[in-house]
Amino acid sequence: MLEVSIYRYNPEVDSEPYMQVFSYDTQGKDVMVLDVLEKLKAEDPTLVFRRSCREGVCGSDGVNISGKNGLACITPLSEVVKNNKLVIRPLPGLPVIRDLVIDMTQFYAQYEKIQPYLINNTPAPAIERLQSPEDRAKLDGLYECILCACCSTACPSFWWNPDKFIGPSGLLQAYRFLADSRDRGTEDRLANLDDPFSVFRCHGIMNCVQVCPKGLNPTKAIGHIRSMLLSSAT
Amino acid sequence: MVKSVTSLGRSGLSDWLLQRVSALIMSAYLLFMVGFFVLNPSPSYEQWSGLHSSLAMRIFSLLTILSIAAHAWIGIWCVLTDYITVRLIGPKATPIRMFLQLAMIAVILFYVVWTLDILWGFN
Repeated sequence: MLEVSIYRYNPEVDSEPYMQVFSYDTQGKDVMVLDVLEKLKAEDPTLVFRRSCREGVCGSDGVNISGKNGLACITPLSEVVKNNKLVIRPLPGLPVIRDLVIDMTQFYAQYEKIQPYLINNTPAPAIERLQSPEDRAKLDGLYECILCACCSTACPSFWWNPDKFIGPSGLLQAYRFLADSRDRGTEDRLANLDDPFSVFRCHGIMNCVQVCPKGLNPTKAIGHIRSMLLSSAT
Repeated sequence: MVKSVTSLGRSGLSDWLLQRVSALIMSAYLLFMVGFFVLNPSPSYEQWSGLHSSLAMRIFSLLTILSIAAHAWIGIWCVLTDYITVRLIGPKATPIRMFLQLAMIAVILFYVVWTLDILWGFN
């Protein structure tokens, strides 16, 4: 039997959070962490977590699994079970609403700050704004972000200043629009990032790269933003 | 855009650049000093004061203390704004952080002026 320790907190009932231990019979199968959560929820319906697509596309079920952030639906037990133990906690650094569900308002507020949409006031062409295959290729490794918040909640700079530091996810998205050949807002975008917090709280420890379930590299994107700031300001 | 009035350059980019340039200057000074002591394991007073009496060396020393000052200012400011925050220690954080920042700046300026005094001797 697998010993599953899960963070429980219901602010209406509990005075403080606690870890509840469940046991789960794997029947020798290497299932995903989400399967374990679903089974345990069937036994104890008070257990609360987010999930939707169950295939690593929607980004709803980001949780901290045995100390490392990841998506429960695409994390197999074989990757995270140590000594027959599995520990599941909510993503760190953001307020817990209940059990494994966190309040992501701060995360989305940072996303909103980087203006995650094309800025282009030139008259729209008859069909669509075209992009060469080379320019389109510049967005690879950027557009795939599903906003699961695994990276930003693994980042100490985001833990200490979630209201000021954009965080790896937001910065990856910021670069996604800075790198887009159809966007005309580069100057404004850069001007909004040139303060000691928004970008420069990144000290390059690369926790974000280590945990990203989509294999993206926010640290590299942040480096590109820094280079753009440098070339526009020197 | 997040405002900051006690950071050294007010801009993240200028602080970032200064942090790197000052690190290079300090490394160069350190290498130079290590080289000097390797070549002169126990320098006499004449050698030591001779080294520091040349204008180039004084400028090098001054650049280094200015680099240390900038580097420390940026680094300590970062640490203080990470940990001495309302989020972590409550509403008293703001006056404490401001006090620590201003104290840090005063200490840094004290060292810079003291170095000027040592290098160019006002007395």
